[in-house]
Amino acid sequence: MAKTFDLNDDSVVVVVGSGAGGGTLSNELVQRGINVVCLEAGPRLGLTDIINDNGAMFNRLSWLDKRIGTGDLNATLPLWVCKTVGGTTVHWAGASLRFQEHEFRARTVYGNMPGANLLDWPITLQELEPFYARAEDKLGVTGTSEIPRLPGNNNFKVMAAGAKRVGYKQVHTGNMAINSQPRDGRPACHQIGFCMSGCAIGAKWSTLYTEIPEAESTGRFEIRPDSMVVKINHDNSGKVTGVMYADKAGALQEQKARVVCVAGNSVETPRLLLNSQSSKFPNGLANSSGQVGRNYMRHMTGTVYAIMPGRVNFDRGTQMAGIIKDESRHDPSRGFAGGYEMETLPGFGLAGVASNTVAGAWGLEYAKVIEMYDHFAGMWLVGEDLPQAGNGVALHPTEKDKHGMPVPVVHFKDHANDVAMRNHAYKAGTAVYESLGATRVFELPPFPSTHNMGTCRQSEKAQDGVCNKYGQTHDVANLFISDGSQFTTGGAENPTLTIVALAIRQADYLADQLSKNQM
Amino acid sequence: MKAHALSRRDFLCSTSFVAVGLATGGSMILAPDYAWALSTTAVDSHTAQTLLVMARQLFPHDRLGDQYYATVVEAVDKQATSDAALRKLLTDGVARLDGARGIAWVQLSNGARNAVLKTEEAGEFFSTVRTATINNLYTNPLVYRFFGFEGSSVEHGGYIDRGFDDIGWLPNA
Ligand SMILES: Cc1cc2nc3c(=O)[nH]c(=O)nc-3n(C[C@H](O)[C@H](O)[C@H](O)COP(=O)(O)OP(=O)(O)OC[C@H]3O[C@@H](n4cnc5c(N)ncnc54)[C@H](O)[C@@H]3O)c2cc1C
Ligand code: SF4
Repeated sequence: MAKTFDLNDDSVVVVVGSGAGGGTLSNELVQRGINVVCLEAGPRLGLTDIINDNGAMFNRLSWLDKRIGTGDLNATLPLWVCKTVGGTTVHWAGASLRFQEHEFRARTVYGNMPGANLLDWPITLQELEPFYARAEDKLGVTGTSEIPRLPGNNNFKVMAAGAKRVGYKQVHTGNMAINSQPRDGRPACHQIGFCMSGCAIGAKWSTLYTEIPEAESTGRFEIRPDSMVVKINHDNSGKVTGVMYADKAGALQEQKARVVCVAGNSVETPRLLLNSQSSKFPNGLANSSGQVGRNYMRHMTGTVYAIMPGRVNFDRGTQMAGIIKDESRHDPSRGFAGGYEMETLPGFGLAGVASNTVAGAWGLEYAKVIEMYDHFAGMWLVGEDLPQAGNGVALHPTEKDKHGMPVPVVHFKDHANDVAMRNHAYKAGTAVYESLGATRVFELPPFPSTHNMGTCRQSEKAQDGVCNKYGQTHDVANLFISDGSQFTTGGAENPTLTIVALAIRQADYLADQLSKNQM
Repeated sequence: MKAHALSRRDFLCSTSFVAVGLATGGSMILAPDYAWALSTTAVDSHTAQTLLVMARQLFPHDRLGDQYYATVVEAVDKQATSDAALRKLLTDGVARLDGARGIAWVQLSNGARNAVLKTEEAGEFFSTVRTATINNLYTNPLVYRFFGFEGSSVEHGGYIDRGFDDIGWLPNA
C-alpha cells in the first residue's frame, strides 16, 4: 500500500527527516487525508537488523557525516544522533516527560540572566496539555492514563534505595515510551537492555516501526530513504516550492511541494535553512531575525558512576529504568535557575566503562576499577541549560560534504548557570550512592549531545525567533520547523515527548490551513 | 602476592616469547608454551612484542592470559597494513619507548616501563594504542564475561526471567 509520488507532484507536503518530529508529523498529516513525501538521509533498517552490540549499532545507526564541534563539545563527534529511517528514536531510551508550567515562561520566571538569550515560549503548558495527552497515548507512556509503570531493575533499585536515604520523595520507574504490557501490536519489554542500541523486539516506541508503517498503510505516504535534502527552493514571491536532494546514487533530484516541514534535528535543520540562501534570502531561508542556527541547547548533562558494595549488573534490563524528580523544580536558593532530573544509566559494556569512567586513564589501579564492572551503578543527570546567542550552528566557509553541502560547525560553551547546576547535580548523585556505602564514585563529563534544541526557535515576535507557536516560520508561510529546533527554551525534561506533542499540534494547524487554502 | 604475579609477568612478557621475524617484514610471536601464536604483517616482531607488552601495561589484568592482549596487536597490525601513517606511528612510538632509557622498553622493570609510558601519555601513539586496547580487549566476549558484562541478551529472552531485579544486598530502609 506504500505509494510513490511523482517528483513534479506539487500537491504533496514534503517532510525532511523521519525521526520523532518528522515521522510523527508525517503520520499525523496522512491520517488527516494529506499526501506526504518524507525524505530521509539514512537507510531503512528492520527489527532484524537490530542486534545487542553497542559498537556495531552505533556504527550502523549514527550520523557520522563530518561535523566540527568547538567550545565544550567533542571536536569530531559533537552530537550523538541517528541517520536512519526512524531517526534518533531508534537509539533513544524512551524517557517521556512533560515540561513544567514555569519552563514555558523561563524569561519571566528566571529573570534577566546575564549572557543568556532567554525568551518565553509563545505557548503555555495549558495550551500544550491536550497534545501531551495525545502524545502519551501514541507513545504508550508508562505511568500515564491507565498504563502501568515498568518494573524496576537492579540499577533502579540501588538509585531508589539511596534516594530514600537521602530524603528524596519523587522516585519511580519513570514515564517511559516502552510497553509495560503488550500494546499497539508491540510486545511488552523483556528487560533486554541495549535500548540505546535499538530495541530488538519493538517494545520501545520508535517511528521506524510505528508511525512510518502506519502512515504507509493509508496509501497517502511515501518514505524515501537515502535521500539527503541539500536545499529548499522558493519562488519570486518568497514561498517555498520544493527541495533539492541527493538520492542514493548521489544524483541531485528536485521534489516539488506545496509545503515543506523540516525535522532534521537541531544541527541539520538550521544547516539546511542556512544553505538555502538566495538573493532574496541572503542570510538563509526564514532568517530575517538572524536567529537561525543560534541559541543551540543540549541540556546540562553529566553522569555519576559508583562502585557499590555488592553486585548490581547495571546492564540488565531497561537502560533508563527510573528517575528521581525532586531536583527538577526551579529553586534559585540552590544557586542556579531551573532544575534537573536524575535518571538511571548503565555502562554500555566493558569498553564503554573503560573509555568513559575516567577519560584517558590507564594502569593497574584503573584496571582494578574496570574489574568491578558488575558492582557499578549509574545515573545520568539532565537539566535545563540556558540559550545563548553565541552557541549554535554555522556553515564551514570552505569545507564541504560529499554532496557539496558546507560542513556544519557546532559551537557550545556552558553558561555559568549550567556549570553551577552540574556541580550541584554531581554532589546530589554522589550522595545517593554514598548513602549506601559506595566505595568509589566517578563524575563523568557530558557525552556527545543527544538532546539538541533551540536553533530555529519559536517566538511571539518575528524579530526574536524563527517560527511562531505552530512552528510556521515567520518569514515563509509554507515552511515549517517540526523538530526540537523550535524549542524556545529546553526545560529540565528529555525533549522527545514535547517534540511529538508539538508535531501533533502542527499537523492539526497545517491540516486546517490547507483545508482553508491558506498555504 | 601482587608483586610476585607482576614479576612473573615481567619475565613472561619480556623474555620468553618466541619472536620470529619473517622475510615479508612481518612477524610471528609464539607463546612460551606454544599455546597460541600472533602473526603480524605490517609491523616487525620487536614492534609487535612491544605493543603486546604495552597493551597489558595499560590495562593489566592478572586473570587474563597474553593471548587476549595479542588480539589488540593483531587488530592494529591489520589496520596498519593499509595505513602507512599508522604503521609509522607505531614503529616510531616503539623506537621512542626503547630510546628513553637506552635499553629496550620491554626489558625495563615494571615501574620504569610505567614511567616511560607516562611521558608518552599526551601523544597520538599512546592514545592510539590505548583506544585500540579498549576496543579490542574489552569487546572480546571471553574477556567481558570474565568481568561481569554479560553481552547480548536478546537470544536468551532478555533478563525478564534472568535476574534483572535480583539484587540481594540492599538495605530495607
Ligand atoms: C542514546 C540516546 C538516548 C536518548 N534518550 C532519550 C530519552 O530517553 N528521552 C528523550 O526524550 N529523548 C531521548 N533522546 C533524544 C531523542 O532521540 C531526540 O530528542 C529525538 O529523536 C529528536 O527528534 P528529531 O525529530 O528532532 O530528530 P531525529 O529523531 O534525530 O530525526 C532526524 C532525522 O532527520 C534526518 N535528516 C537530517 N537532515 C536531513 C536532510 N538534510 N535530509 C534528509 N534527512 C535528514 C536524519 O537522518 C534523522 O533520521 C536520546 C537520544 C540518544 C542519542
Ligand atoms: S529493555 Fe525493554 S525496551 Fe529496552 S531494548 Fe529491551 S525490551 Fe526493548
